[in-house]
Amino acid sequence: MPRTTAIATRELSKTYKDVKALDNVTLDLEPDRIYGLLGRNGAGKTTLMSILTGQNYADHGTAEIFGHAPFEHDPTLSRICFIRESQKYPDDFKVHQAFESAALFFENWDEDLAQELVEAFALPINRRIKKLSRGQLSAVGVIIGMASRADITFFDEPYLGLDAVARQIFYDRLVEDFAEYPRTIVLSSHLIDEVANLLEHVIVIDKGQIVIDSDAEELRGTAVTVTGDAAKVQEFIGAAQVLHRDALGALASVTIKAKLDADQREQAKLMGLDLSPVSLQQLVVRSALSGTTAQRTEERTEARK
Amino acid sequence: MIDDSKPIFMQIAELIENDIISGVLAEEAQVPSTNEFAAFYRINPATAAKGINRLVEDGLLYKKRGIGMFVTEGAPQRLRAQRREKFQQQFIAPLTAEASKLGIGVDELVAMIKTGSES
Repeated sequence: MPRTTAIATRELSKTYKDVKALDNVTLDLEPDRIYGLLGRNGAGKTTLMSILTGQNYADHGTAEIFGHAPFEHDPTLSRICFIRESQKYPDDFKVHQAFESAALFFENWDEDLAQELVEAFALPINRRIKKLSRGQLSAVGVIIGMASRADITFFDEPYLGLDAVARQIFYDRLVEDFAEYPRTIVLSSHLIDEVANLLEHVIVIDKGQIVIDSDAEELRGTAVTVTGDAAKVQEFIGAAQVLHRDALGALASVTIKAKLDADQREQAKLMGLDLSPVSLQQLVVRSALSGTTAQRTEERTEARK
Repeated sequence: MIDDSKPIFMQIAELIENDIISGVLAEEAQVPSTNEFAAFYRINPATAAKGINRLVEDGLLYKKRGIGMFVTEGAPQRLRAQRREKFQQQFIAPLTAEASKLGIGVDELVAMIKTGSES
């Protein structure tokens, strides 16, 4: 028996004036996994999360959370926590009041965890939220997102203003807490390298369309950068799909989409070519840009000859 | 520690294998839990579990219900035998290839290895 899907969308589309924010998005997210929702600014990440959390509606298609349309469906909404990049709180709310309201709304709220995180982030809980620094404001969101232990938690770029140390606290505590209390986490982030190892599944959205929807481990090693004598690089890569191409004199460095086996690696070595791994961040950047940029780079390379 | 060259679960499995070969994890010793591995290496717990499960499938680790995961008796010997098999391909082949590129003959190479082992 397959488990119930946590999030299911079918041909979800949303247009703002003449901009297609979401274009035929069909996704299935399993429960109790950490998903990365990656893409450029304006790619449609926030629109998708807004629709999934019932804060916006689609022009076309369906979105279901545990089998229910979330829009104005309270039993479903109480299972979802959405931490926005620019989370708004009532005017004159103090930090502890934000936590107290969250504790009332989320039935799985863990006050001990919230307290631990307040200490870890050194958050002044009696200060008015209006008076917080950008990083402290982000910390409030992170704490609510974590301590709510909602069945599905969306973090939309939750780290604005958080320094590297504070972000590491967030990632470490997320892994620890998720291990003990598995739930569905959707993490939208620009800082792909920082979160890459936390993700079990990666969804990349570009211009409203899903361009990658894959297990993170399967994605790792699906691309490789081949560096060496340009002619030999070309001979080696053959007809493989090129994601990126750099040239330096007679030297070429080409990122291709390919899983090389031991024989191919051996052959590259014999040809004097270097093979280097491609990080998830590079892969995402290359995939999202491959249409336009790869072509431009090629034209530049041609022009130089 | 963890890099992008191959799936993380394979890297986790290799890290544990190395600890078994070097004796850091002795036979019959308890192995850290999936969650401890996940927290330590800052990776997804499902990924850590996949790496550990591979070692269980290979019979290098075994589970004691409700207690945890332990190193199987004989695991270090088995791993050493596996590594020896790969030694030729992984280390000797690139060594001789580079040596021939540089015009280092077999006798000279042997002499260099001997000097290297003494120091």
